Amino acid sequence: MTITDIRPFLAVGVSLLAAFLIMFSGKKPNVREFWSVAAAFIKAGLIFSMVPAVLAGNVYEYTLFAVTDTLGFTLRTDAAGMLFACVSSFLYIPVSFYAIGYMRGHHEKEQTGFFASFAVCLSAAVGIALSANLLTFFIFYELLTVATWPLVFHERNEEARFAGRKYLIYTLVSGQLMLAGIIVVYALAGTLDFQAGGFLSIDMAPKWMLQFLFFIMVLGGAVKAGVMPLHGWLPSAMVAPTPVSALLHAVAVVKAGAFCVLRLVGFVFGPTLLAQIGAATVLAWFAAFTIIASSLIAMKQDNLKRRLAFSTVGQLSYVVLGAALLAPLSILGAYFHIVAHALMKITLFMCAGAIIVTAHKDNISDMHGIGRKMPITMACYTIASLGIAGMPFIVGFISKWNIALGALQVSQPFYIVVLICSALLALSYLMPVTHLAFFKPNENGEFKTYGEANKFMLIPICVTAALSVILGIMPNFGPHLYDLASMAAQSITQGWIGGGW
Amino acid sequence: MSQHFPVLIVLLPLSAALLSPFFSFMYRQAGKWIAVAALAGSFLCSVGLLLQVTAGGGQAIHYYMGNWVPPLGIEFVVDPINAVIVAMITFLAMCTAIYSTPFLKKSNWLYMGGYYTLMALLCVGLSGMTLTGDVFNLYVYLEIASLSGYGLIALGGNKGTLAAFRYLLIGTIGASLYLLAIGFMYSMTGSLNMADLSVLLQDKMDYPLMIMVIGLLIAAFGIKAALFPFHGWQPDSYTYSHPGAAPLISGAMSKVPAYAMLRFFFYLFGAQHLFVQHGLTVIGILGALGIILGSVMAIAQDDFRRMLAYSSVAQIGYIAVGLAIGSMYGLIGAILHIINHAFMKGSLFMAIGGVQYRFGEFRISQLGQLNKKMPFTVFTICVAALGMIGIPPAGGFFSKIYIMQGAMETGQYIYIAVLVISSLLNAVYFFRVMENIFVNPDAGLKEINPTAGKLELPLQMLIPIVLFGIIILALGFCNASVVDCIIKLGLPEVFLG
Amino acid sequence: MSDASTMDVINNFLATKGIYSLVLILLFLGLYGMIVSNNYMKKMMAMNVMQVAVIFFYLCFAQKDGGMIPILNGITTDPNAYINPLPHALMLTAIVVSLGTTGVALALLMRIKEAYGSAEEDEVLRRADK
Repeated sequence: MTITDIRPFLAVGVSLLAAFLIMFSGKKPNVREFWSVAAAFIKAGLIFSMVPAVLAGNVYEYTLFAVTDTLGFTLRTDAAGMLFACVSSFLYIPVSFYAIGYMRGHHEKEQTGFFASFAVCLSAAVGIALSANLLTFFIFYELLTVATWPLVFHERNEEARFAGRKYLIYTLVSGQLMLAGIIVVYALAGTLDFQAGGFLSIDMAPKWMLQFLFFIMVLGGAVKAGVMPLHGWLPSAMVAPTPVSALLHAVAVVKAGAFCVLRLVGFVFGPTLLAQIGAATVLAWFAAFTIIASSLIAMKQDNLKRRLAFSTVGQLSYVVLGAALLAPLSILGAYFHIVAHALMKITLFMCAGAIIVTAHKDNISDMHGIGRKMPITMACYTIASLGIAGMPFIVGFISKWNIALGALQVSQPFYIVVLICSALLALSYLMPVTHLAFFKPNENGEFKTYGEANKFMLIPICVTAALSVILGIMPNFGPHLYDLASMAAQSITQGWIGGGW
Repeated sequence: MSQHFPVLIVLLPLSAALLSPFFSFMYRQAGKWIAVAALAGSFLCSVGLLLQVTAGGGQAIHYYMGNWVPPLGIEFVVDPINAVIVAMITFLAMCTAIYSTPFLKKSNWLYMGGYYTLMALLCVGLSGMTLTGDVFNLYVYLEIASLSGYGLIALGGNKGTLAAFRYLLIGTIGASLYLLAIGFMYSMTGSLNMADLSVLLQDKMDYPLMIMVIGLLIAAFGIKAALFPFHGWQPDSYTYSHPGAAPLISGAMSKVPAYAMLRFFFYLFGAQHLFVQHGLTVIGILGALGIILGSVMAIAQDDFRRMLAYSSVAQIGYIAVGLAIGSMYGLIGAILHIINHAFMKGSLFMAIGGVQYRFGEFRISQLGQLNKKMPFTVFTICVAALGMIGIPPAGGFFSKIYIMQGAMETGQYIYIAVLVISSLLNAVYFFRVMENIFVNPDAGLKEINPTAGKLELPLQMLIPIVLFGIIILALGFCNASVVDCIIKLGLPEVFLG
Repeated sequence: MSDASTMDVINNFLATKGIYSLVLILLFLGLYGMIVSNNYMKKMMAMNVMQVAVIFFYLCFAQKDGGMIPILNGITTDPNAYINPLPHALMLTAIVVSLGTTGVALALLMRIKEAYGSAEEDEVLRRADK
């Protein structure tokens, strides 16, 4: 049942309004941070209040105005969108507390612009999640691109300037190609409304054209999701402050890219068509290659944030791989991996940031024995690392298990090998940090005494780490995210008859 | 009263233009106020006219000058499209007139009066060109607009004078070519009235002479609209024109000839004829080349105003491409872009004029940390820049979308590629501006006109600047209503089938 | 024999269309002058020549063999007996416009000469670039 309700727009609008207020209260940091936190809570409240109805099979929909003469500026809360909206709006709360602690602890400049862009990014992320048609989706997608740019060049030095340029080149080029693709899709199908199972069909255009169309559009998602060889911007963007990295690499930007791929696969082209034109297989190869290659590169990085960035590149390709396998369970796994990876990677980044602020260390080789000084942070780091590797009872396991089962559904055991290799590689690049933090003595005699990060940073870290464990044991804890993921997967794969399309 | 709106739009600024020097002789400020009041009145009339013509379901309003019935008399024909363009011109003129007051603070009465005479006359010329239903009348208004434009450009100093003279030479060629073209049409049909011509010309459209007419019109309006490769006059003129008048010159002066081109090709001739189609193809090729080369040239500039001027060459190319596509969405895109671009370019020139007023600086590399000193101006620059690149939700994105949709409709995929490339090139130079503003260290600019109090600029400048920024966003959000309620009513029937 | 007919054709052409060729030559003479001359004053004069060519063009096609001046004199009311006055009226306007253009051009040129001390294009451009 479709319910007309403006709440989706309120959820998007509240942080836009907050961005506006933040700009005008730059002189009073406490008021400014109050707007941030208030927006985070209101936003999450609005989104979560819609969950029960969506679980019951209803859909909230609202058209604010006509965006062109034939298309509406419409938001709709289907299960897939709701899942991503829940994740991003919920994680906004810990990140905004953490950001306060980090920015003040690190005495960053330009904090007003930082918090304002931050709020706009979250608006755009929720907008992307809930968009009902491709054009609305694209508008929020470009908004996200532009709003993230100030966060990337935040440091205002040469390195940040080039990182910003690199980021813009990658995202704008792919965005424009996607726009061209959208126009072509509109001309072919006469509609841009997302439809579970896709609205394009094989008789609309020649096969080569559909394949070409799929690739120029998926490019837009793949760039933001960092699928190799389009991942170049992501490690460079690590010059940004850590809350940004946490946001970029766990919640907003990269997830928006992965979500874009899922939307295109599930709601524009549809698994049936993709199986017919064979385009998804190629995407799966790229994803599998990325999963392995990025893990190998990650092992060589000494800078912790860069290592985590390459880990993100690999983990996001799980989502892309899950989508590209086109099996019901793998798509379920892909959706749930958005949740899983968001929780785990945000924990990891926040730990890295806490280390930077408290111990002023960027490089792993300087972190010997840091577990003495920051035991809680490093414990959380260990939990999240194990989760990334896919240990049972931590949330990452559930999504990977489902993706692996999906690979079996389409009889592609090769991808299970990829998944296992990647899990082992993840262990080998994340666990050494734990090892040297707890078991290696520090030569310089630093880190002897206990000195954790301040509470603003520590509590969010503990919350997200705890949630990774809780969701690993009870995936339906809280807003029933696992149910939402399986609803989304079922709606996309209605035509599935065991064993193939 | 309300039936006289068409003529009042032209008459009010015309009388203000004549009175302005006298009033400023008596009291220096009076000349300014009378011009601003007349332009405001003209704007109100054009809004009234727009409401009238849309309330009438898009039925064109004919106004006979002195009650002489056409084709013998001269008439103003108002359809929804030129009504909205006139509203845009008069609004731009009014805002520019208010905006430019601080620049004239220290001038004597003659300069003050003369400046506003030229400003009002420019508005007369541009709105007359848009409204008139008579081809020779259009020539007269074209020359009024051009002559006052030369004057305003020349007020910008010595380099401005030189630019104005060079523009005058080229512009006169354009006007003469136009005169030649209507001479041919008149000798074929014996009429100068547009509505009359559109009927009489229909069975003569395959005469070889029409090739000549179409070619001359493309060259004439191409020169006036600075369509590539006729844009040689434009960078200098925009760069060195009077900073107060630059928003009107850059915003409206090159758009109206583009609209006139649309009027001739789609309303007078009809796009179904072979020669017209060839003409449109030529316009499209020139437009596409202009888009690419204009953007590339813009990237190479350090002077903000010069960069904007080259970007105008590119943006006129968008309009030309929209015309060349020649389908419903192509035209909608072109008309919407005329409006969008007027506001975007106008606001950018206003913003850089504000920086020039306060710091005497216009080089992009010297704008570091401007957001600290002039936050509102930077807001407008950012919004307008996003619009220029075509990033939602600013207005420019939607005109681009409509043009792309039109290209898709008629299968001219090459234009989609051109628009995509152009967006990326635009992104290069506009993001460079933003990067220079936000990332560069403070350039330590000297205040040459320190402002009293907390405001970054005098209110007369700040209000138009911020207003334009908001309008660009509003045009993005409301583009569907502009298209549905105004533009679609005025399109030739063939497109709405 | 063939010579005579060729002459006829030429004569006929010159009698009916010849004047237009002259107008065309005048127009291009003006354009040529604007392009090649280096002196701004000469450029402006060439511009005037071009404008005059357009005015001639109008006057030529308004010409009619045996037409009367368009004043009702009681002899006939047949419009074919009169010359169309409209092109002449239009050209009056055009002459006024070209006069205005020339005036503005001269004023600008005076300023240019004052500012740069020359009216030669290359000289002015060189000094303006400094």
